[in-house]
Amino acid sequence: MRLIDPRLLRRARAVRVLLAADVALGVLAALLVLAQAVLIARVAARAFGGAPLPEVTLPLVLLVAAAAGRGAAAWGFEAVGRRAATSVLSGLRLELVERRLRDRPAALDGAESGEVATAAVAGVDALETTFARYLPQVVLAAVVPLAVIVLVASIDLLSAGLMLLTLPLVPVFMWLVGRYTEGQTRKRWQALSLLSTHFLDVVRGLPTLRAFNRGEAQAERIAEVSDRYRRATMGTLRVAFLSGAVLELAATLGIALVAVTVGVRLVNGGIGFEAALTVLVLAPELYLPLRNLAAQFHARADGLAVAERLLDLIDTEPGAAPARGTPPSPGDVPVRLEGVSFAYPARPGEVLDSVDLELAPGETVALVGPSGGGKSTIASLLLRLAEPTEGRVAVGNADLADCDPAAWRAQIAWVPQQPTLFRGTVADNIRLGDAGAGDERVRAAAELAGADAFVLELPEAYETVVGDGGRPLSSGERRRIALARAFLRAAPLVILDEPTADLDAASAEAVGEAVSRLGEGRTVLLIAHRPELALRADRVVTLDGGRIVDLPTVEAA
Amino acid sequence: MTGTLRRLLALAGMPAGRVALSILLGALAVGFGVALMTTAGYLISRAAEHPPILSLTVTIVAVRFFALSRPIVRYLDRLVSHDLALRALGRIRARFYERIEPLAPAQLEGYRRGDLLTRMVGDVDALQGLYLRGLAPPLVALAVGSVCAGVMAAVLPAAAAILAAGLVIGGFAVPAVAWAAARAAGRRQAAVRGELTAELVELLRGAPELVAYGREEETIARVRVVDAELARLGRRDALVAGLADALSILVAGLTAAGVLAVAVASHDSGALDRVLVATLALLALSSFEGVAPLPAAARELGTTIASGGRVLELTDRVSAVRDPSDPLPAPPVPATVTLESVTARYGPREEPALSRVDLRLDPGRRVGLVGPSGAGKTTVTSLLLRFLDPEEGRVTIGGRDVRDYRQEDVRRTFALAGQEAHVFGSTIRENLRLARSAASDAELEAALGRARLGEWVASLLDGLDTPVGEEGLELSGGQRQRLVLARALLADAPVLVLDEPTAHLDPPTASRLMDDILDAAADKTVLLITHRPEGLERMDEIVTLDAGRVTAVPIAS
Repeated sequence: MRLIDPRLLRRARAVRVLLAADVALGVLAALLVLAQAVLIARVAARAFGGAPLPEVTLPLVLLVAAAAGRGAAAWGFEAVGRRAATSVLSGLRLELVERRLRDRPAALDGAESGEVATAAVAGVDALETTFARYLPQVVLAAVVPLAVIVLVASIDLLSAGLMLLTLPLVPVFMWLVGRYTEGQTRKRWQALSLLSTHFLDVVRGLPTLRAFNRGEAQAERIAEVSDRYRRATMGTLRVAFLSGAVLELAATLGIALVAVTVGVRLVNGGIGFEAALTVLVLAPELYLPLRNLAAQFHARADGLAVAERLLDLIDTEPGAAPARGTPPSPGDVPVRLEGVSFAYPARPGEVLDSVDLELAPGETVALVGPSGGGKSTIASLLLRLAEPTEGRVAVGNADLADCDPAAWRAQIAWVPQQPTLFRGTVADNIRLGDAGAGDERVRAAAELAGADAFVLELPEAYETVVGDGGRPLSSGERRRIALARAFLRAAPLVILDEPTADLDAASAEAVGEAVSRLGEGRTVLLIAHRPELALRADRVVTLDGGRIVDLPTVEAA
Repeated sequence: MTGTLRRLLALAGMPAGRVALSILLGALAVGFGVALMTTAGYLISRAAEHPPILSLTVTIVAVRFFALSRPIVRYLDRLVSHDLALRALGRIRARFYERIEPLAPAQLEGYRRGDLLTRMVGDVDALQGLYLRGLAPPLVALAVGSVCAGVMAAVLPAAAAILAAGLVIGGFAVPAVAWAAARAAGRRQAAVRGELTAELVELLRGAPELVAYGREEETIARVRVVDAELARLGRRDALVAGLADALSILVAGLTAAGVLAVAVASHDSGALDRVLVATLALLALSSFEGVAPLPAAARELGTTIASGGRVLELTDRVSAVRDPSDPLPAPPVPATVTLESVTARYGPREEPALSRVDLRLDPGRRVGLVGPSGAGKTTVTSLLLRFLDPEEGRVTIGGRDVRDYRQEDVRRTFALAGQEAHVFGSTIRENLRLARSAASDAELEAALGRARLGEWVASLLDGLDTPVGEEGLELSGGQRQRLVLARALLADAPVLVLDEPTAHLDPPTASRLMDDILDAAADKTVLLITHRPEGLERMDEIVTLDAGRVTAVPIAS
């Protein structure tokens, strides 16, 4: 059972500071626990001997001070833990952002990006629980029992021996925890997520259920599945809770053993009252930290799951330092894929297999073929969002790998298959193509992309806020805004990925015309499904199963 | 807030008997712990007076009894309370489903996005903590606290007043501080958290575009600013967060010291037997076990209630679509279906989704409904299936308004297939049986055969029992559409509504699929809703819809 992910420990200075502070506070808390027991016993014993209130004022005041000290230690644990959680998550967030943008600019899909972003922000709550509650308990569980045993032994060796008699129950507890809590709890959570999946599936499919008049019947099924899950869960809990019961038994047995034997020895005069009382007050403290730790066990898993989710995304091979060579312009020299192969590290099979492709300056090349044939991968390689596993991409005589990626990308305008609209106005979104462009040029680019007409119909025209939370736009409208970006970019190389997918015939025609306009005087790689779009190209290349296949091209090509 | 809590408890509908049992067991578990320490303290104090050992027998038996029964009662308590929580969750799920079932999909329009649905289901699941953390701990604390204070009052009323005050502060004031601190921090951080989440979602989704357009450093800098602000707030709130825990420990310590002081003074004045001084001190010290979990419970209850509020907001919605009090018998088969000058909208403040739309489906006719996305095509499906009633105009079957029929009978007229038809994460058999629950294997196979899926299913190792994966993700796009077609055919309804059956399919697959669908549906009335060309050539009539209006006069093709 790892206490903390070593990857986390390696990067977060905040965690190391936290661990040091926790140990210091843990020692302080342990000393105060001992002091409190000793003081309570002293006051009670003095009173037993007939001392009036003024004679026990000092220990009473010290007792209050000890309580205040324990409170302060608890505060310290919480504050240090939460601050550490905040710093750790902030560090992971920034590292993730830099990694995604500098080294591995791959897109996550909508659902996954939402999930990761939520983990990276709201995950601080889970992480706070781990750092502010679980970790301090680990320290207390290590320090306090030891201190208790040492103090009890110094007062009364026999009682310390009795307390240790209950120790064999601890390995039983550990075994139960290891055997059931880790494994069985994981199964239980799987069951829980399965049930949630079932429920979510039913809620998503509600319109279909209602269409088939099966909406009401499903309520019973939900109750039935919930009940089945409850019985299965209770089956595991019956065993999982045993570990807690065993630990509790060790604690209560320890107290009873100590109380009864010490009581009998008191009658015989074998031990003094104050010593006996001190030992009794200390007895529950032996197992309390361990019991609290068991109760906080889930906190560890929750918080570390958040950190691990982010670490898994961050912990990929870092990219090599970018080269600094100045790339030639694709407007002057051809861009060539030379024997390029590509495979994803985690997936079997090659996406591209020895592909040769040349884009001559000013030429429009259509890349067609079935989905999954590797067309979009070629776009990624040209943009250097990915590197070929074999072969090279050349610009004129220069290897693209030797060129400064930012300088190279500055010469490309790209419209991806599913363009992203960023939060901001329509004009801001078009300005992604050229941050310094004035309103006139933005408008002109939108006109060329066939976007001007619908933009003017929006409530605030070019100042309408779009993107997440803004006004929703249809996929055709989004694509035309992305095309406007490309027009504004005025780059010599244009890569268009399925610019007419999911568009109705009229919109597709409008976009097709915009594509032809964009191609004037530029090198264009046009990835297309639709034959009518490919007709606009000078040349058609078919890609199937990662290879260029020579098919008799359409007559008009 | 208490209103929300009360309504959520009503929704959970927990049986009073089980709740009482659970609270009793919880109170006994804590009470036995208190009793163990108190009797042990009494035993030692009494033993210090050197009485005959036999006079201690009863106390010794009591100590042993409490020590042995406490772990058992605690174990039972945990089982009963978790069982109760799971039962409550099952009931909440079923009730929640029953309430939203009549609302789907028209009145859940805002929840169509997958992540919102997921959050909604997550909110329901969060209510699991309602009983365990919301209801049980305060009730147990109240029961135990009253008994402890009562016992002490019988012995020494002045000390009982101190204990009661301590327990009230620890049980009410401190949790209130914890609640307020969590809420204030949540409110302060909410806006920045939202901002940062939105930034991250956008960045993770759009990373390739940001990189391609050279905006990586600018984006990183912007995230850094928001991140720094959130980290600053987080670190500041960390200081306040630990306050409740510190107070909790301090109050317990002060109370113990106070009770001890009063006991010492009372013994000095002769009002209290010296044996009881240590006994009362230990009673005061251990009686805080009941209130100790309350600050954490208050914090968690805050989030649970926030989730519950969102759940109630949904269950409060009332379906606008109702059955007539005196319904007509089921509509004739086959019958003409019409939309007559229909205007419809999803909410009073929304733009109309359809404006004065006419549509006529005569028995055996095939009508194509085309138009760009967002034109209102899916609203037509909702109107036909009576998920939504028109604001103006009417929908008829056999010349009678659909509002005069039972909803069930209306829906039996239509079978739904296409992209909008949900595939459930179970087996092929279960998905098909939605349409007819009593269908035999032979009937299922016949329907699959008509959808040209028979051979494929026969070739599968598990045949009809093959799981299709969440949302049918184990199937190819074409197989998925054929499966929902087979389901629609099995329903044997006179009108087949095909809502975007070819979305996300490549053109050759789409053409083959449409041919097979229309062949299989040769004897049915067909409404094909699409934005793509495939299948339209086989329609008798094509209606074009744009921005909620019929823009092209129906053309017989």
